Amino acid sequence: DSQEKDKGISLERAEEAKLKAKYPNLGQKPGGSDFLMKRLQKGQKYFDSGDYNMAKAKMKNKQLPSAGPDKNLVTGDHIPTPQDLPQRKSSLVTSKLAG
Amino acid sequence: ADIISTVEFNYTGDLLATGDKGGRVVIFQREQETKSRPLSRGEYNVYSTFQSHEPEFDYLKSLEIEEKINKIRWLPQQNAAHFLLSTNDKTIKLWKISERDKRAEGYNLKDEDGRLREPCRVTELRVPTLKPMDLMVEASPRRTFANAHTYHINSISVNSDYATYLSADDLRINLWHLEVTNRSFNIVDIKPANMEELTEVITAAEFHPHHCNVFVYSSSKGTIRLCDMRSSALCDQHSKFFEEPEDPSSRSFFSEIISSISDVKFSHSGRYMMTRDYLSVKVWDLNMENRPVETYQVHEYLRSKLCSLYENDCIFDKFECCWNGSDSTIMTGSYNNFFRTFERSTLRDTTLEASRESSKPRAILKPRKVCTTGKRKKDEITVDSLDFNKKILHTAWHPAENIIAVAATNNLYLFQEKVN
Repeated sequence: DSQEKDKGISLERAEEAKLKAKYPNLGQKPGGSDFLMKRLQKGQKYFDSGDYNMAKAKMKNKQLPSAGPDKNLVTGDHIPTPQDLPQRKSSLVTSKLAG
Repeated sequence: ADIISTVEFNYTGDLLATGDKGGRVVIFQREQETKSRPLSRGEYNVYSTFQSHEPEFDYLKSLEIEEKINKIRWLPQQNAAHFLLSTNDKTIKLWKISERDKRAEGYNLKDEDGRLREPCRVTELRVPTLKPMDLMVEASPRRTFANAHTYHINSISVNSDYATYLSADDLRINLWHLEVTNRSFNIVDIKPANMEELTEVITAAEFHPHHCNVFVYSSSKGTIRLCDMRSSALCDQHSKFFEEPEDPSSRSFFSEIISSISDVKFSHSGRYMMTRDYLSVKVWDLNMENRPVETYQVHEYLRSKLCSLYENDCIFDKFECCWNGSDSTIMTGSYNNFFRTFERSTLRDTTLEASRESSKPRAILKPRKVCTTGKRKKDEITVDSLDFNKKILHTAWHPAENIIAVAATNNLYLFQEKVN
């Protein structure tokens, strides 16, 4: 039985070595405060009350005409990330300052 | 269908409640045996569905409050209606589920469609009579127990006095009276004065099935504390402390994480309790604090996969465990839609799978085996081919019969012992 336990420990240590090789900056304290704090903070979101209320209104009022194709309507559901936002179309009127 | 987040039979086993990530509760009822449909005995059909919790925002803390139902606990039945407690991360609700099979007809002042009759048309007194109607099952919220938890609620447990219950979050446990919503008593508080000193959190809590003054709570460090509410109002000092000693030289980075207890359940007898950590299930005798009396390996082969299980966060999965009605067998879930049962007296363990391919209605489940050595036999599954997205975290056992409910992501499976 202790032989099995030794095998178990060496397996764990081997896995630990693999992990440390991938993430050399991994916290010194095993499973310590950092991971506990992350657990306590689940659900933290920086949210915009305007976006949130627009999303709520959109769900409640499905009869409202949609402002455009859905993939362009990024606001109102979640905080947009740069990848979500459509490419800005170039201005039709070129700036008189350019060139 | 949404991901099922909790499964619970009521005290008789006639009702089975499930809660899901979308805040809905679905209750199934067992079909009664009838002469015309003898085979339908044991089948569970939908009895009631309702939205228990909605998503909320805590504007002050910029926190999203998920509507996911973390736990459902039934109250013992005291009249024709059924009551259950359901909770999300922050709020516990008491729901009343009642049947209505009669309605009143022939009101004196109202028409059949509810409109008030003109007073001058009312020339004689009409007394309403009760007429039968199609059965309607209604769920109504009776109490809302809110604003008592700063952290996320992981457990609720109804006391054997049937008047109080506890709710536990990461750092605190509160005691409530079922009739009182504007006040709860804090009975455990492990929040350190300085949060930098935080080393462990509460992971589960449960009242003793018979002694209404006793409860236990488990921690992320693999320990269980038993508290007696008669000793003091604030049970920060435990009465018993259960911990399996560990050789400090055998610790690894993963030791504490995999020792974190994800579920604790008293046996029906009240003499034992069972804890689930990442790789095993342990049975403890309440009279012996220094080590468990039984240890069952659920999926020991995962020890050589801990690195990738840490990377994909699976190492933090919270598996539950349950006893059968006679405490002779225990059950818990694993990956690849596998779940395991352990017969305590014979030490026989079985691995079964909850999936559409392997469960045709009324077919007998074939036991599964995970290949741990290099040579894979026919029908065995290698560790590398296990699907870690198919996890069975929630299972429940009927209180009296060998019927089990297994939640596999967004599907609910009900298995029954073969009756000849």
